[in-house]
Amino acid sequence: MKTPLPPIERVPDCCRGGLVSSILPLLLFGLLCLAWPRVVQGNIFAVQWAWVPSLDLDLAFRLDGLGLLFGLIITMTGFFVSLYASSYMAGHQQLGRFFFYLHGFMLAMLGIVLSDNLFLLFIFWEATTILSFLLIGFDHHKTAARESARQALLITGGGGLFLLMGILLLKIAGESMTISHWAASGDMIRDHALYPAVFICILMGAMTKSAQVPFHFWLPNAMTAPTPISAFLHAATMVKAGIYLLMRFHPLLGGTSLWMATLVIIGGTTALWGAIQALGPCDLKRILAYTTLMALGVLTLFLGGRTVLSLTAAATFLMVHALYKAALFLAVGSIDHQTGTRNLDHLGGLVKSMPLTALAVAAATMSMAGFPLFFGFIGKEIMYEGALAEDMFPVFATVATLFANSLMTAVAAIIFITPFMGFGRQKMDPVKEAPWTMRLGPAVMGLLGIVFGIMPEWVSAHLIQPAVFSFQPDREEIRLVFFHGINLPLVLSILTLTLGSVIYRYRTFLRHRMNTAIDRLWITTPGLYQSGLDNFLRNAGIFTNTIQNGSLHFYLFIIILTLVMAVGWVWLPHVPGILIFPVISGPLIAIGLFAFILASTGVVVFAKKRLSAIGGLGGVGAGVALTFMIFGAPDIALTQLLVETLTLIFISLVLLRLPPMDAVKKRSRSRTIRDACLSLVAGLLLTTLMMGILQVPLDRNLTAFFEANSYIAAHGRNIVNVILVDFRSLDTLGEICVVVLAAWASVTLIRRTKEG
Amino acid sequence: MEFLLALVVGLMFGSALFLMLSGILVRFVFGFALMGNAVNLLIFAAGRLTHVNPPLIDPDQTIPAASVANALPQALILTAIVIGFAMTIFLLVLLYRAYDQARTLDADLNSFLVEIPKTTGQHVSEKKEPA
Amino acid sequence: MQSTILQTAAHLMVGLMLVFAVYVLLRGHHEPGGGFSAALLAGTAFALFAITEGPDQVRRAVRFRPGTIAMTGLALAAMAGLPALFMDKPFLTGIWWHQGPFFMGTPLIFDLGVFLAVLGAILSVLLALEEN
Repeated sequence: MKTPLPPIERVPDCCRGGLVSSILPLLLFGLLCLAWPRVVQGNIFAVQWAWVPSLDLDLAFRLDGLGLLFGLIITMTGFFVSLYASSYMAGHQQLGRFFFYLHGFMLAMLGIVLSDNLFLLFIFWEATTILSFLLIGFDHHKTAARESARQALLITGGGGLFLLMGILLLKIAGESMTISHWAASGDMIRDHALYPAVFICILMGAMTKSAQVPFHFWLPNAMTAPTPISAFLHAATMVKAGIYLLMRFHPLLGGTSLWMATLVIIGGTTALWGAIQALGPCDLKRILAYTTLMALGVLTLFLGGRTVLSLTAAATFLMVHALYKAALFLAVGSIDHQTGTRNLDHLGGLVKSMPLTALAVAAATMSMAGFPLFFGFIGKEIMYEGALAEDMFPVFATVATLFANSLMTAVAAIIFITPFMGFGRQKMDPVKEAPWTMRLGPAVMGLLGIVFGIMPEWVSAHLIQPAVFSFQPDREEIRLVFFHGINLPLVLSILTLTLGSVIYRYRTFLRHRMNTAIDRLWITTPGLYQSGLDNFLRNAGIFTNTIQNGSLHFYLFIIILTLVMAVGWVWLPHVPGILIFPVISGPLIAIGLFAFILASTGVVVFAKKRLSAIGGLGGVGAGVALTFMIFGAPDIALTQLLVETLTLIFISLVLLRLPPMDAVKKRSRSRTIRDACLSLVAGLLLTTLMMGILQVPLDRNLTAFFEANSYIAAHGRNIVNVILVDFRSLDTLGEICVVVLAAWASVTLIRRTKEG
Repeated sequence: MEFLLALVVGLMFGSALFLMLSGILVRFVFGFALMGNAVNLLIFAAGRLTHVNPPLIDPDQTIPAASVANALPQALILTAIVIGFAMTIFLLVLLYRAYDQARTLDADLNSFLVEIPKTTGQHVSEKKEPA
Repeated sequence: MQSTILQTAAHLMVGLMLVFAVYVLLRGHHEPGGGFSAALLAGTAFALFAITEGPDQVRRAVRFRPGTIAMTGLALAAMAGLPALFMDKPFLTGIWWHQGPFFMGTPLIFDLGVFLAVLGAILSVLLALEEN
């Protein structure tokens, strides 16, 4: 007999599910491309369905130039990322979940940029928050991933609440919830008393989402996500949502000094801080994460302007960044995937084994550094023009841009030269080139960086201008040109490259100084976040342990006390009015019966032994049954008697199996007195409430109806029974369901107890 | 008469609460049963005790005589009695179960008290990263 | 419980109580009684039976499982509401047929359902508790 060979563990090169699902973004990209020429001509596609009209919430979608630019970036990156992931994630246990989240994330992001209704935008906004939480924490068995995911959720989710607040304030201020209706009413909002509040709320939403200082720290931590996700998150989705929001709100809220000053300062700070920190780490992915901060800062900085030039700079750099960042992240992922590390100190000389990836990274980093012929160069030229044209703080803007760009140049050099050239590094084991699915994305996007760099006029006419026109009403012609002639921006570009190479030369020294300096900071927002979270959790624990301590007495006491106080607060003023001396009429035997009930109650309360307590309970039940009897209710008297009998049987059955009812732990006298007082007050409150009820005339309409129809319509002479089985039979049906359910639960519990 | 009954109901209700507050689970069940009776009486009295004839229609009549008791609260109470019965039984079984788990019926003892662990969310043990 | 007097008395009592339960169920529409009281009465009878003879005897005498009885009762009560739906009336509206002096209506079926549901519930807990 042949023994079967043990199965060979082989991770497939790519999973089919991922490949197939890549069709979705490709299809969407194709659709957008079909609409593209019409949008360039100034047409707008819009659809609208009512969803919740009373809330001004419509399913309104609108494709204009800005939406198109974002949509193209999102779907194109989405396509490459999902293609890439089909190889990168191959063999993972939860592929289905991964691609579901990934495409959901893409659709939510598309929803943001295409929705024309603010509330709808908010819904998609929150959807990206939740999906990014799921994606960042995708490797949920790692503590780091879970913590990063929680951090991202708390920060962006908190920002989302601010955004919602801003939207509601905007609505209060009288603004339409349809984004395309805003064109005319910008001045009204900017002069409105609520403007600063609206501005701050919207800004908080954008700042948290787009990782602006001081909320920047979640973004570098978010790289615990699988690399395709990081690429998607950084290049096309999530963080770009904040930028998109600022662009969309620009015609409505932009152009004031508050807007300009805040955005320029926050953006400039973020750009500088991100660029400086990018020098610090050795992890390639982390370096890229910090460069994203820089890019987001620069984008915010330019959105602070109101001239066509600075807004054009923002839109252009958005494209530049999306292309090179997605390519670089994917390439770094390839390196990680093929070599098993992405630590700069361990990498080197990969150009021989991974030539195609090297080429793609070369193109992307050249674009990032802003060499002529590359799209990044065009972007940098227009950035300097835009910075010089800022209304507020042009010098600060220019200097911040200059330094950030120089640092970027240096970082670009680090990213390309160290792993691929690797002078004097230890020799690495030979590695294979990544599969085609993982090379295609970086290659195409790197190539696009060159193509766009050579033909900037086409880009400006077909992408940038329609996008800028949709949020900048001035409609000045926008032209990106290949060469501007010798002017200040060109000089600044040359200065950037020079400065960049100087920084690259002294990178080790700078990295060291940087890391020590950051360690010395005595207060940082990540630190504040962490201590705040720790304190919150600790206090929540203390709080919960205090009020949810499992003590039945404590819970009941609080519940009864609350009830007594809440009812007493409203009711006590009326009590003097109802306390009249009662007229006693009716059968006198009832008085004896009441005394009997009270005496039996006393027996139950004061009994030391179970048996006497059970006897007292029986006495109460019998007394109540007799009360029903003498006041004309034979049906319930009968039922009550039978129920009492059965209850006693059951109580005896259960108590036979249980120990005596003595308290094991001695109750303090003061506690007993306190309990007695509270119970007495609650009981007397009930008495006064009942007296109040009795002073209101009885409405017998319903009873009269039952009396009149019991025999004529329902053929029954026992009105009570007719009510139960005919007039109100649905209630009775519900009731017997409850009875059967309770029995079912009891039987299950008994079986469990007996088995265990 | 209703006013006297109001007093009786109030005292029964208070006694029931006192029993439930005692922290001895058997007494809690007794209190629960007692409270059911008190509330039934309350509903009964709310329908007034003016008439003492049962709400039945005489064989030769199609509508009841003018002086029958209020049928509506009676129907409500009948339902309430049976539901209260089911709940009391369930509570008894819970008592039985609780004793099986805690080996005591004194709810003030530590075996009934709970405490949230003081750690901060690190409840999932670290698994090894898959290769 | 081993007591000859109680056992003998119980045999007689249980039979009488069950007969009386059926009587209470049937008279419920015109006189005090009805499904609930009848079920409680029958439940008490079976409890007595179980105490004297043990739960196994009760199971044998009842034949059906208590859960089945309860579910049958619920189903019967719910189905009593269906004829009304076919006559374009709200669910559970009482529908009557009369033939001379005899009346038959869905409320009677409903009451029977109530009886079975409550009896099944009582029996299931009772037997589960008694069995050891």
